[in-house]
Parts: sequence; structure tokens; C-alpha cells
Amino acid sequence: MKFPIYLDNHATTPVDPRVLEAMLPYFKEDFGNAASRNHAFGWAAEEAVEKSRKQIASLIGANSKEIIFTSGATESINLAIKGVAEMYAERGNHIITAATEHKATLDTCKRLEKSGYRVTFLPVMADGLIDLGMLRESITDKTILVSIMYANNEIGVLQPVAEIGKICKEKGILFHSDGVQAAGKVPVDVIKDNIDLLSISGHKLYGPKGVGALYVRRRNPRVQLTAQVDGGGHERGMRSGTLNVPGIVGLGKACDLCQQEMGEEARRLGYLRDKLRDKLMAALDETYINGSQEHRLPNNLNISFAYVEGESLLMGINDVAVSSGSACTSATLEPSYVLKALGAGDDLAHSSIRFGLGRFNTEEEVDYTAEKVIKVVKKLRELSPLYEMVKEGIDLSKVQWTAH
Amino acid sequence: MAYSDKVLDHYNNPRNVGSMDKSDSTVGTGIVGAPECGDVMKLQIKVNGATGIIDEAKFKTFGCGSAIASSSLATEWLKGKTIDEALSIKNTDIVNELALPPVKIHCSVLAEDAIKAAIHDYQAKHGAGAAKAEAVEA
Repeated sequence: MKFPIYLDNHATTPVDPRVLEAMLPYFKEDFGNAASRNHAFGWAAEEAVEKSRKQIASLIGANSKEIIFTSGATESINLAIKGVAEMYAERGNHIITAATEHKATLDTCKRLEKSGYRVTFLPVMADGLIDLGMLRESITDKTILVSIMYANNEIGVLQPVAEIGKICKEKGILFHSDGVQAAGKVPVDVIKDNIDLLSISGHKLYGPKGVGALYVRRRNPRVQLTAQVDGGGHERGMRSGTLNVPGIVGLGKACDLCQQEMGEEARRLGYLRDKLRDKLMAALDETYINGSQEHRLPNNLNISFAYVEGESLLMGINDVAVSSGSACTSATLEPSYVLKALGAGDDLAHSSIRFGLGRFNTEEEVDYTAEKVIKVVKKLRELSPLYEMVKEGIDLSKVQWTAH
Repeated sequence: MAYSDKVLDHYNNPRNVGSMDKSDSTVGTGIVGAPECGDVMKLQIKVNGATGIIDEAKFKTFGCGSAIASSSLATEWLKGKTIDEALSIKNTDIVNELALPPVKIHCSVLAEDAIKAAIHDYQAKHGAGAAKAEAVEA
């Protein structure tokens, strides 16, 4: 086994060696600008880019003309939301999203609020799913966009995207979905699910960082966007800037590999994730899974070990790379807002660990991790005044704490 | 963010982990922090009534590595000190000893609060508590 073991695949993924190999020529001999229409260097680059468009489109059930390239999913999400808001401003100014969305979505919506748009941030139920009835009720005649992520990056929960798409189609509202954690992991079909815009990230599916894509529907309806980056009119005027050819080639190859390997990979990772979960829950009491177990990515496990704080746990399993919803692990000292939205309580957020299994993880690594985590949780519970109090029969919710 | 060697040492080899009998008259118990904040420290001292010296100190902490290290260090420093000497332990001493980064300074503040809470609890048990506590907090 190689240490440290990497189990943080929701944060980023290693570049698949086959992806890297596909990219290299575009750093070397084939360095042309894809917009150079008059010589072989440009033609070779353009051909590679078009191939990549097809590969990405194929992964999500779209047409290659509907794929535009960006610097990453954050940019794709910004473009989708701001692009629609500005283009359709005369139709309305109301946007609906969810409280558990990625900051790329939330912060973009907050910025639009400052410019006079109204945003509804739908709460989620205890399992992390949005309430479809609530979505329906929040739609007004001024609603122009619904943005709900396909799969959540912290808790791996899968939203009822097909139903959301159906509601939006019925009401004639555009539907954008942040597909970063779902594309390449579960079958995404923009036609079947009535998705009008979908954001994709290269480095979340074994491709390189610094490249992403946005699917923009061209039929039923034809979606238009106001470009956010001007200068040259690339990508059908939707996103100017010389294309990151090597990155795009990598993204395309990564999508192609995912399409081929997704079924088997999901099965293998689901088995490993379940094994990890079952081992931990069998050995440790007061352990809680955050978010729906049924509607969830096969490779995600977000679990709280009550009375043990997340950062101290990460320190103890220092040869395993994972992340936590604890305030101590965040740059802003705020606990995870996603876990908070589940209503679990900040203390469980502080005790949470997120495991993201990936293509390159082995069963041996998972077994090692399970044992290590069990050992460290037990040791930290010996150190925990809360665990001690609970074992003595004290109801922690009745205690008067002296928080400063 | 890499941890300092001292923090790692206290985390891997915490000193004086455990509990003393809260109802014992020679024991002072301080519990500070809150689960929602991600930090709870329980610090206990056993005071020798005759000499006024802290003979024993124990801690338990729910919190990050820096919080565990801060409270572990506190118990090390408390042993052998008089109550007055213990009251003069400042969070900045802990920050310096453990090389805590700015984002972890609040862990040392909580440890200082825990020390004072344990001492005040002991003093309250011995009547001298009320007046002395006010004088100290002033």
C-alpha cells in the first residue's frame, strides 16, 4: 500500500494515467491554438477539441454542439446562473436553488440578490433531499431558473433530478444542475432528466484541474446565455478565451473512460463503501450516517462519530487523507453548512468525516482505514469528557455549557 | 497546515488523561466550552489542603489536536504549583509553548478558562471561594 492513502475523491481525483497520456502531445508537438483556422497546427487542435466535445456529450446524452468549455465547474456554474439571469431578465427575476448547494452556486445567487434578483434557498429534509412539493409551491410567474445539484459533494446525496426536471418543463422554467459529483459516477441523461444546463468539472472525474464544461441545451428549448467573459466570441459567443486544448483533451478522455468503466466502478466502489461503513458501525456505538443512504453516490460515506471532534480524528488517522465537516478544519472556523441544513446539530457536524472512494482505491486500503479509524475513535472517546458524561447517564442537551 | 511537534507529542502522548471524583472536597472541576462549538474541556485539580499545592491534575477534551494539546499541557504545568501560581498561567504562555497558529489561539484561551474554572470550583467548595473569585476576576 502507498501512504498516505487517498480517500478524499470528492475534493479532487488523481489524473488517470491514460488521461495524462492523451494530453501530452498537446503540450508538445500539437501545441496549436484551436482557433487558428488557417494552418495545420490549428486544425489539429480543433480536431482534438471537437473529439472531446463528442466524448463529453456522449457521457451525458447530449449533442456535441451543446458543450462549451470553461476553466472549471465554478466558472460553468457562474456562467449558467448569471448567464440565464441576465439573458432572461425581462421574463423574470426569481431563482430557486437549495441550501445544500456548493458555494459556487450559493455565492453566485447571493451576488444576483444584490443586483435585485430574488432567490429562494429551499431547505432540505433530514435525509438531505429537497421536498418536491415545496419546490412546486415556491415557483412564481417570475421564476426563470431552478438550480439544484445532481449529487452533493459533502454527503453524496442524489436529488430527485428527473422529477425536478419534469416540474420545470411543465412550468416552462429552465433547469440547471451542478453535475460535478455525478457525471461519470452515475448515469446522467440530460434528455431523460429534462436538464437544460449541466456543469461538469475535469478534476472530479480523473481529469486535470483547470478545465470544465457546461452543457447548454439547443432544442426544446434553445437556451441562450449572456456571456460572462468577453473577447473574441469563442464557444458560440458564450465564453471567450483561447481554449485550454490539453485540458480539454484530458477532460474528453476522462469522460470517455468514465462512460466505459462507470458501471463496474460503481459496483466495486459501492461494495467497498458498504464494507467500510459496516465495519465502522459494527465496531463503534453512537455512529451516524449523514444523509440518505438510499439516494446516494456509491463512493461516498459521510459519517459522524459522536463525542469525537473531526480534526482530532483526522490527526489520528494521519496516513489516510479524508475531510471533515468540523469547524476546526475549515478556513473560516464555520462547521459544515450542509450538515447543518440536515438539522443534525452542530455537534454532529464537528464529529463528521467524509470518505470519498475512487478508482484507484483498493480493498486493502479500505480495510486498513476501517481499523485505523476504529482505533483512533476509541482512543479519542477515552479522552472525551462528553462520552464520559453520556456513559454516566447525563443528558447533554440539558447541560448548561459555558461557551465563550 | 502542519502541526508543531509539541502539539503532535501531546496528541500522541497526552499527559494526565482521566477523571477524579468530582465530589471529593480536595478536587476542583472546571468544564468549559460547548459541543456546538466543537470544543469542550474538562480540567480537574487535586489540591493539598495543607500546602495549598496542586498535587494532581487530570483532563479530558473534546476538540481538535491543538485543544487536546493545550489542555494536556495545562495539566502538566498545574502539577506542583500553588493556586496563585496556577491562576497566573496565561493563554499566551500556552500559545508560545505549543507554537499555535493564530487560527488556534482560541484553544489556548479555553484552556486558561478551564484552569480558572477548576480553581474557582475548588475555592467555592472551601468557602474562601466567593470573595477570592471576585478579586481574581476583577
